Amino acid sequence: MPTEFTPFWGLLGGALIGLASAGLLLATGKIAGISGILGRSLFPVSGDLAWRLAFLLGLPLGSWIATRANSDALGFEITHRPAVLLLAGVLVGFGTQLGNGCTSGHGVCGIARGSRRSIVATVLFMTTAALTVVLVRHGLGVR
Amino acid sequence: MRVAVAGICGVVFGAGLAVSGMTNPAKVLGFLDVFGVWDPTLACVMGAALLLSAAGFALARRRPRPWLAESFSIPTRRDFDPQLVAGAILFGVGWGLVGLCPGPALANLFRGSVEIDVFVGAMLLGALSHRLATRQRSAAAPDVAS
Repeated sequence: MPTEFTPFWGLLGGALIGLASAGLLLATGKIAGISGILGRSLFPVSGDLAWRLAFLLGLPLGSWIATRANSDALGFEITHRPAVLLLAGVLVGFGTQLGNGCTSGHGVCGIARGSRRSIVATVLFMTTAALTVVLVRHGLGVR
Repeated sequence: MRVAVAGICGVVFGAGLAVSGMTNPAKVLGFLDVFGVWDPTLACVMGAALLLSAAGFALARRRPRPWLAESFSIPTRRDFDPQLVAGAILFGVGWGLVGLCPGPALANLFRGSVEIDVFVGAMLLGALSHRLATRQRSAAAPDVAS
């Protein structure tokens, strides 16, 4: 279960994420917030859907290419019961729409442009997530 | 052209998530579990991403418009509403339960994992229910992370 600290791959991957965010902003004027791009593709404004779907489809494609090229990225471990997956998925989907952003929109793009709303949101979801993990792993003994 | 560039940015973003190990929920949980065997990789990912993203915003501020669009869609809201707080907390609980946020969840879609399919299905359901509830209000609002 424990994973190894991999600073080089972390920095390299993070740089690619930052590059993609900067590229999307400079080219299309859009914020690379995954939950926002996803949420607004559900009921799109006319002419606003194609770029969203292209970006969203690029995510698994890029991930797939990277795992082909570099076996270090192949690590994948998920052992949760279906009920937990369902609950967590709904919470992530609903929460990111209600709070207008997720790790990318608030955590990367929002903080990068100095948005106080995004800083508050990021501190809140990081703290809540850490508390949840600590409770589940060390407190309640359920998984 | 705009669609192609968005697609390329998605590919680079998805590759970054995989290269950094953030598509592995165990690695994300290893970061969030501050009392366990702590894996600080996520902090490196966010640090590097923030640096380049901030450079992008600095460049954007000096330009009248993006290369391929009429204008920048940068959020302008500055107020703290209860929705922002409640949304971030609900998202945090879901993120902490499994270790997946929206980007990595979608980036794992070609992995053929039933767990990912269930999670993404539920995530779409959650997002859809919020969109349905606020459909009229959000039609004219600016994009994401406002």
